[in-house]
Amino acid sequence: MTLTTTAVLRPHAEQAYADELAALAAIDDRPRPPGWKLSPWAVTQYILGTTLDDGTEITPKYVGSRRLVEVAVATLATDRALLLIGVPGTAKTWLSEHLAAAISGDSTLLVQGTAGTVEEAIRYGWNYARLIAEGPSEQALVPSPVMTAMAEGRLARVEELTRIPSDVQDALITILSEKTLPVPELGIEVQAKRGFNIIATANDRDRGVNELSSALRRRFNTLVLPVPQTADDEVDIVTRRVAQLGRNLDLPEVPASLTEIRRVVTVFRELRNGVTEDGHTKVKTPSGTLSTAEAISIITNGMALAAHFGDGVLRPADVVPGILGAVIQDPATDGVVWHEYLETVIRDRDDWHDFYTACREATH
Amino acid sequence: MAPIDTERVHLLGIRHHGPGSARAVRAELRRLRPDVILIEGPPEADALLEHVPGLEPPVALLAYDQAAPSRAAIWPFAVFSPEWQALRYAAAHGIPVRFCDLPAAHTLALDEPDTDHEESRVRVDPLSVLAEAAGYDDAERWWDDVIEQRRDGGPSPFPAIAEAMVAVRAELAPDPETEREARREAHMRKVLRATLRAGYERIAVVCGAWHVPALLDLPPATADTRLLRGLAKTKVAATWIPWTHGRLAAATGYRAGVRSPGWYHHLFTVPDRPVERWLTEAARQLRDNDQPVSSSHVIEAVRLCEALAALRGRPLPGLEEIADATSAVLCEGAELRARLVHDAMVVGERLGTVPPTTPTVPLQRDLALHQKRLRLKPEALERELVLDLREERDRERSALLHRLNLLGIPWGTRTRDSVRSRGTFRETWTLRWEPEYDIAVIEASRWGTTVTAAATACVHDRAQHADLPTLTSLLEDSLLADLPEAVTGTVAQLAQRAAEDTDIQRLMRALPPLARSARYGNVRRFDAKALRTIATELLSRICAGLALAVTGLSDDAATAVTTDIDTTHTAVILLGGDAETEWLDTLEAVAPRENIPGRISGRIHRILYDSGRLTADTLHQRLSQISSPGTPPDRTAAWIEGFVANNGLLLVHDTALLTLIDRWLTSLNESAFITVLPLLRRTFGSFQPAERRAIAQHVIHGSLDGHTPDQPVDTQQAAPAVATVATLLGLPTHP
Repeated sequence: MTLTTTAVLRPHAEQAYADELAALAAIDDRPRPPGWKLSPWAVTQYILGTTLDDGTEITPKYVGSRRLVEVAVATLATDRALLLIGVPGTAKTWLSEHLAAAISGDSTLLVQGTAGTVEEAIRYGWNYARLIAEGPSEQALVPSPVMTAMAEGRLARVEELTRIPSDVQDALITILSEKTLPVPELGIEVQAKRGFNIIATANDRDRGVNELSSALRRRFNTLVLPVPQTADDEVDIVTRRVAQLGRNLDLPEVPASLTEIRRVVTVFRELRNGVTEDGHTKVKTPSGTLSTAEAISIITNGMALAAHFGDGVLRPADVVPGILGAVIQDPATDGVVWHEYLETVIRDRDDWHDFYTACREATH
Repeated sequence: MAPIDTERVHLLGIRHHGPGSARAVRAELRRLRPDVILIEGPPEADALLEHVPGLEPPVALLAYDQAAPSRAAIWPFAVFSPEWQALRYAAAHGIPVRFCDLPAAHTLALDEPDTDHEESRVRVDPLSVLAEAAGYDDAERWWDDVIEQRRDGGPSPFPAIAEAMVAVRAELAPDPETEREARREAHMRKVLRATLRAGYERIAVVCGAWHVPALLDLPPATADTRLLRGLAKTKVAATWIPWTHGRLAAATGYRAGVRSPGWYHHLFTVPDRPVERWLTEAARQLRDNDQPVSSSHVIEAVRLCEALAALRGRPLPGLEEIADATSAVLCEGAELRARLVHDAMVVGERLGTVPPTTPTVPLQRDLALHQKRLRLKPEALERELVLDLREERDRERSALLHRLNLLGIPWGTRTRDSVRSRGTFRETWTLRWEPEYDIAVIEASRWGTTVTAAATACVHDRAQHADLPTLTSLLEDSLLADLPEAVTGTVAQLAQRAAEDTDIQRLMRALPPLARSARYGNVRRFDAKALRTIATELLSRICAGLALAVTGLSDDAATAVTTDIDTTHTAVILLGGDAETEWLDTLEAVAPRENIPGRISGRIHRILYDSGRLTADTLHQRLSQISSPGTPPDRTAAWIEGFVANNGLLLVHDTALLTLIDRWLTSLNESAFITVLPLLRRTFGSFQPAERRAIAQHVIHGSLDGHTPDQPVDTQQAAPAVATVATLLGLPTHP
């Protein structure tokens, strides 16, 4: 790792994993699509992790189904744009960053979508001082990341596409279908070089998002990223993140109770999936997201409660309010769902009595 | 050891139900022009070959023990089965066919499986060795790539298959793994020798690839004869029966099944461009479901399939790539929608047909046995049958009739007779055998070979797609039909479905049959505890959602819900105990709410009053509130209708209550009275005449508090009015 990457708070993917990318490029003898730094096969290996013949360890970047990653890479190879959809905390951004790093060697051509994103962020803007002083010229033009990606044949990333206002979103249609970006002020156009493509991410659970127009949607291949597949994976992710966060926030040391973490994860998974972990009982699904990220924040919260107001041990009563807050978003319908779940599932679990009692107390 | 004469004998090693194998067999047969074909299958079926031209696949060859039809073996054929193609070729060209597997007479006598025995015919294990060698993790997928996705025109794959199988068997199992295997192969060799002796010049053998090495060499016949000597034997009958793609699919439990009959059918039947055609069809189906899918979607889906196949190192896109493209492109990420279309197409349900001339099926035979034993003769004339379920034979008769009903053969229909009390030991049936039931029996034979097995399989299948109320009545029917396995399966389905269903009304409709089953299940010697558990769970869900379900309903909807609450209440009383307490607690909590329709509120009050949950004082207070001027008159009337509906007796005996209603009625002003009049008439009109009369008596005789007439009545003057009122109320007129 170079000096620059240790000094910054968070290095880019292509900096942090430069060694692995170089090792893969060295052995990669398969055909590379024009403009690609690696072959689709090598990109898949980079994302999913493997051990190369020369012993180089490629760490897994995305823990999940190989199928998904293959579809993502194949999509980019067909010059179709890729849309990653999922609830918050499903590693959409993480995956898109690593795809861009592996394919273009550059994950920095990024448009962050917000309600205030303007067309200039996707097309181009002007350096107004120069524009007034010298008149329209290519020097006065400020290219957007998308424009740069087109000119250089690299991948551009658009984060939170559905937060961008609809009329601004539609600026992407011409870029994706014609692969060109006209600049009528100068009478020129930027034609995309081979290797250009767009990876967009979007969140399908937020309210008040701007749905993509079907014209735009049609230009993307859509991949839905699922939540972690097994309870153990998820417990693992939660435990590690909680430990990190605890250190960052300088919380007093509370022994992270694996029992409580497992319970929170179990409750979330069961309600999210609509079926108990043993597969015997179906349950209704509430309107909330119940993402892994929320589970992490509930545990962190519970630990703060336990440290400052409790006996220093994470107890059910510390996490239950958080769970209720996350599950019961809409008091009328979610209340019914929770009550039903509590009475038909939790009540009958032998080693969950303290948890059940805490839930009952918090509900009534 | 004598290697076979490869000029005379051609071994076509196939995978059963493999479209590529079927293509290859078809092409190879056309090239070879054999004068006889040997096919892996039971020799008993030799006699059934004349029916082949009339069959429409998928069909199955069924061999069963005549003494016990439930002991049966099934060889299904789809249009993409290589054996089927060989059969069709032979039929079209008038070439003799011989089945060369071990006779079913032996196989059925050898093992004694207790349930439907179905021959295992696909060998996945040896293939996985080859697949691993080729770098695949999935044997089926490897075989698909190498063999099944072959198109016409390539060189014959059979020599290569034979070579590969020889290598695999040499490594894995130099000797046949089981005695049974050894005998089967010995018999194949035996038939092959006989065929050679008969002087045929070009013999084609269509058998599983695994068996090819065993036929490459013909050792002296003595060893084989010794193996086959003295085998147990039973009397076997064989016939063709209709089969379905659904039952071919491995997913439904048929061991030798294929995972994707629909895809294989497609691969075999389309002339070219299978991926493009498949995705176009998927798009068409999505459009039929009102999903906008354009041609450009299809184009991009095909491109993604090809890119994925290249990335995964496959020669052609397969089903997996198509599934990915369907979800990522055609359905724009909507996984569920994609799965719906994809799964349906992968199975590609279709039902085969057999001509009426085919021999009888075992189900018919089994039914005949039952009819004989239980002395129930099928007659075209209608007759009534009264069964006393305390008697063993009557119970069996009842079960048989119930099972047939489940199978869609309504030989007997339940009738209510005058003697029928609330007791459950008595059943009255009307029997009448229609000619079309014979066909219904043949159709039902795809479910199984005995009435019991068929009814069980049929219930399982129907339970897959049933909604909640249908499920519980299925459960009740299965209990009545005495099908413990079907009951267990349905109970499991029920537990799942109950949680998914958000419609409280459906839950309420599902409860009564369940409660009845739970209550009376023991009469049928079934452990009702599991049913009780589900019933109480169902009730918990109803209780949790009731308050929400009864708000904001129109009057019609409220009427329906009122009925549901009534039936639920009856069911809950059957359950009794904690369930009853929970239910009444819920009703008590719901009752005082203002935002529920008057009819429902009235009904709930009535239930609570009858159950002793409401004191007379509280009830009177509520009624005063509801009939006070603050409440709109139509709500009041609906409330009262809900409260007293279908039972005037309460008003006859509870004078205090009648007084309250009477006071309220007389206190109404004219316009308010006119508003409620129709509703009141509807309520009172539903009472029995005797009840109406009694109520009227109370009103006439002024026994109501505070209404005792102060002045003597001038009967002379009142007579015409009294007569009119009496006529209106249906009273006998006094002269």
